[in-house]
Amino acid sequence: MAVEMAYSELAAPVDLNHPGHYVHWGVVQISVANLVVIGLMVLVFVAAVLLPFPKGRGRR
Amino acid sequence: MSDSASPSGNATRDAKRVGGWTGAARRYAVRTLPPEKLLPDTQPAYMASWIYVFGVLTVSSLIVAVATGCVLALEGPGWWHASSVGKYVNSLHLWSVELFMFFMVIHLWGKFFMAAWRGRRAMTWMTGAVCFLASVGTAFTGYLVQQNFDSQWISGQAKDGLNAVGIGAWFNVLDFGQMLMWHIVLLPLVLGLLTAWHVLLVRRRGIVPPIDALAPEPDEQSAATAVQP
Ligand code: HEM
Repeated sequence: MAVEMAYSELAAPVDLNHPGHYVHWGVVQISVANLVVIGLMVLVFVAAVLLPFPKGRGRR
Repeated sequence: MSDSASPSGNATRDAKRVGGWTGAARRYAVRTLPPEKLLPDTQPAYMASWIYVFGVLTVSSLIVAVATGCVLALEGPGWWHASSVGKYVNSLHLWSVELFMFFMVIHLWGKFFMAAWRGRRAMTWMTGAVCFLASVGTAFTGYLVQQNFDSQWISGQAKDGLNAVGIGAWFNVLDFGQMLMWHIVLLPLVLGLLTAWHVLLVRRRGIVPPIDALAPEPDEQSAATAVQP
């Protein structure tokens, strides 16, 4: 029981033991996992452009 | 030569184009990448933006991917498939690559919207673009050498595409040994050399100013860096 607990705590946060989920949009077909990664990249890109950069030394 | 002991003597030697190919190579290296440019102590104020950090994040995750890959190579598949430390290092290898691609794409978007190929930076852009292609190939061959059903399925699908474009007989995705060699020898070598070239080009040209900004006046820089190669 204790061992099972330890394993379940270490288990992947998403259950991967099934075929992936896909979205279909006309001829476009993409897995939800890839879509999430693209969404995260867009978010991080927007954050990188908008968030202020801490002031540093040694700049002209 | 008697005059080589004094600094002016060295200058004379450099001006005289003596020293054979080693002298010529040194003069070329110092001219294109003087130490102040190679390892600068200041950067223009417009670099104070998070978007400029993504190139270095890409380099950092590449270093982790290569280092963990070297550990995998030292220990072998029996270790990375079966032992828990092996699986952990295998995971570090996978996730550093995930981050590498993630950071590289944001870097690419940033450079695209800045039109960062301006100001004689076309080669920086092109080496970056080829880095991207080489990374896709490295990741692909990495998936092919997992030795599991995933890699079997991926190579089964890929072989039809590669046969259709006519390179399947030479680049054979079902040939495990060949794919392993591409993954751990050829492509990392190409990627490493391209990345070094890419970063040295950035040092040589300085970082690109935002579209409406002016680069710092040449006379604000040291005399050595003011000369445009
Ligand atoms: C192996 C992948 C890559 C690595 C390690 C890398 C690394 C770097 C680094 C460290 C810089 C310095 C400035 C900065 O970070 O913003 C840089 C600049 C640059 N990168 Fe990359 N890069 C990679 C891929 C790419 C790709 C895919 C492109 C676009 C096709 C690209 C285009 C550029 C350009 C145009 C610059 C010059 C920008 C400037 O002068 O400020 N790079 N890169």
